[in-house]
Amino acid sequence: MSTGAMSQTAQAGPATLAVAAVPARRARRPLGLIAVSAAIAALLAVPLVFLIVESQGAGLSTVAGQIFRPLTGMLLWNTVRLTVAVTFLCAVIGTGAAWLVERTNLPGRRVWAVLLVIPLAIPDFVVSFGWSSMWTWVQGFRGSVLVMTLAVYPLVFLPVVASLRSADPGQEEVARSLGVSRLRTFVRITLGQARGAILGGCLLVALVLLAEYGAFEMLGFRTFTTEIFTNLGLPTGVPTACALSLVLVAISLLVLGGEARAGGRGRIARSGPMTPRIMPPLRLGAATLPALLAVTALVVLALGVPVGETIYLIVAGGTPSITDSVSVSMLDAAWHTAAYGFFAGVLDTLLAVPVAVLAVRHSAAGRHLLERSTYLVLAMPGIVIALALTYYTVQYGNSVGYQTAPLLIICYGIMFFPLALVGVKAAIARAPAGLDEVARSLGQGRLAAFSRVTLRLAAPGLMAAFCLVFLEVVTELTATLVLVPTGVQTLATQFWQYQSAGSYYQAAPFALVMIAVAALPSVVLGRFFNRTARARG
Amino acid sequence: MRRAAGAIAAAAALIAAGASLSACGGPADAADTITLYNGQHLQTAESLITAFEQKTGIHVVVRNDDEDVLADQIATEGGKSPADVFFTENSPPLESLQAKGLLSHVDSSTLASTPGRFNSPQGDWVGVSARVSLMVYNPALISASQLPTQIEQLADQQYRGKLALAPGETDFQPIVTAYLRAYGQAATLTWLKAINANASDHIYGDNETVVDKVNRGQAAFGIINQYYWFRLRAEVGAANVHSRLALFAPGNPGYVMDVSGAGIMRSSKHQAEAQKFLAFLVSKQGQEIIGTPGEGNRQSLSFEYPIASGVTTKASEPPFSQLRPYPISIGELGDGSKAVALLRQAGLL
Repeated sequence: MSTGAMSQTAQAGPATLAVAAVPARRARRPLGLIAVSAAIAALLAVPLVFLIVESQGAGLSTVAGQIFRPLTGMLLWNTVRLTVAVTFLCAVIGTGAAWLVERTNLPGRRVWAVLLVIPLAIPDFVVSFGWSSMWTWVQGFRGSVLVMTLAVYPLVFLPVVASLRSADPGQEEVARSLGVSRLRTFVRITLGQARGAILGGCLLVALVLLAEYGAFEMLGFRTFTTEIFTNLGLPTGVPTACALSLVLVAISLLVLGGEARAGGRGRIARSGPMTPRIMPPLRLGAATLPALLAVTALVVLALGVPVGETIYLIVAGGTPSITDSVSVSMLDAAWHTAAYGFFAGVLDTLLAVPVAVLAVRHSAAGRHLLERSTYLVLAMPGIVIALALTYYTVQYGNSVGYQTAPLLIICYGIMFFPLALVGVKAAIARAPAGLDEVARSLGQGRLAAFSRVTLRLAAPGLMAAFCLVFLEVVTELTATLVLVPTGVQTLATQFWQYQSAGSYYQAAPFALVMIAVAALPSVVLGRFFNRTARARG
Repeated sequence: MRRAAGAIAAAAALIAAGASLSACGGPADAADTITLYNGQHLQTAESLITAFEQKTGIHVVVRNDDEDVLADQIATEGGKSPADVFFTENSPPLESLQAKGLLSHVDSSTLASTPGRFNSPQGDWVGVSARVSLMVYNPALISASQLPTQIEQLADQQYRGKLALAPGETDFQPIVTAYLRAYGQAATLTWLKAINANASDHIYGDNETVVDKVNRGQAAFGIINQYYWFRLRAEVGAANVHSRLALFAPGNPGYVMDVSGAGIMRSSKHQAEAQKFLAFLVSKQGQEIIGTPGEGNRQSLSFEYPIASGVTTKASEPPFSQLRPYPISIGELGDGSKAVALLRQAGLL
């Protein structure tokens, strides 16, 4: 059975209670849940409908002409080799770092755990800007692999940390007691237990890479997404952009299919003990120094370089090329950014709950497909999603809500739903369905039981989901430029405005504040992980 | 109890935050406010906007984005765009919206301020400023004598790996359109394919990147519009400029004048105010702002050439009257679709 990667993580993680092993009741069809989830999936399909309608508007021959030409081969090759290379590197780095901070006695591992997450909060265009202005060789394929790996490896690191933390130490002990070598135990048991989390993280990395624009634009690397932007503004710009986006959707279908096939075998759920038990950390011994050096190097590269370059630009100064007359204050931009991130985070976390419950507790082929369909949106460039919402609100909605905060928040909600779903699914699975039933047998209503038992147990995962969406919103640029209320600036749009005017030292403070705002939830997340670890240890 | 109180406080805070979010921003419907979709560089636009507001009391709310994204946004909004005015770096996006019937006619007195050859042939947008295409080169990597003098020579084998280009920029299409006019379809395609091979290591997304890479010595020379180099110099200081400019031979198709312009949306409910804004852009005051970089406390780092109301630039650039660009009209530059089709065929787009 090919369940989603994260639900496996979840199975590995949560089952600290034996009731988890009891299958959920299947007697009743969860019609309400299916209806709500279908409505959410339909909302997420809005951009896809736009893509199909628009690219047809151009005429089939035009679309075919855009797709079947020599350049497409080059773009496909660029997109595929980048996705494969970065996904592989992120899997290795993310898993390795997670294992070091989670399973060894690495000095200062709590601090490392937080520092290793923060790179996710640095906008990719800031990372690539930092690198390429410091070293000339950072461009093209090499530069893109480097920059993107450092920018998105936390998408693997985070779920693997969670999975290693809650995995059953018993299996490793059994393997070792049967005389299996340490290395083989690591490969077969430890990695096996984390496989779902690794694959889930890789899925997010691959999909996010497909839609990435800012970094590749800056590094001069051409993918389908940079090509979509190149086509905008030209007489057949929108239909061509839509046709190219459909290719992206097709690639992401392949990625989803591959991930589903790779997942799925083997038993990883914790079987026995009711009491949470933590694994004694592996003593690194002579390997301590190399391990410390490796983690330090990663933090310096992923965090130190972009932050250092940004600070250098501020210190170096320059001539302002834009005065403050058309700029907003830092505080105003930060406030709007944080507010948009907050509301989008809440929206996505709420929307993800019914879809996650359906996927985890009532899995069936059709419903599974419904849940998987919601991942497609992650591979669509933000600008296309924003134009789709523009089209439908202006042409069919009498412009109600167009370029207002609520529609922008809905746009973010659509774009980043899969990130929330991953976290919420893992969290819901952590809360055994049996406990809900116990609560109901004690006279609680169905919803009351769910919110008092499941949601409370799942709170940490919901928090993680919220944080991921918040992070992405803070750094989002292209859709924001289309849908943000006229006259309002976010940190990202104000950074872009200065940076595109060539005024780097004016742009730099906005990048720093962006990192600070986005890092807040990362720190909260890190602290939360530490607290649960302490509580258990 | 404490929990309930906390929940109520949180809910109240949420509602307050939501209300304040929707309070700021939102479309401006007041009679004395116009919405500007600005695709022109802020260096050029912002001082103009401020001076206009001071002079007329009409408030301008601005949306900034790349001109091509804005053109597509307006096209997607169709006849219901919240924009009143669209201000661009180049003529093709305006020509494209004009062809879709989305622009209204500009007052004839405004059109008369700018020489007719810089305006829309149909009169649906007015020319505001101009630039000229040329080469930026890094003398450490290529000497002036090794540079081409004709754009045709960009196809030569000797420039492989040396040439930097931003073919997706709206500034490059006019060169292709000019070449197409001079040599026809087949020759243009052959030329573009050779250029693609020569520039394959240095294809960038925008001209700021091209001039920056050449200045840093990451590419030997590139094709840009002159003002990007002057802006870079103003930004990084003359001491950090390691590149120079070189013109193509007079009348060469690589030597093209690009015109920035502005138009009014047909759907605008503020036609009178919008017309005033366009009139201001081409007035003596507006043109002097464009032509006077770095003056006073308001630094306009436009470095574009003023073209209307008889104003000439005060920047240390080659005088406008001495420029000898390829003779091609705005109408012939069109919406750029033929150039784009060829760029695509050649694999540059």
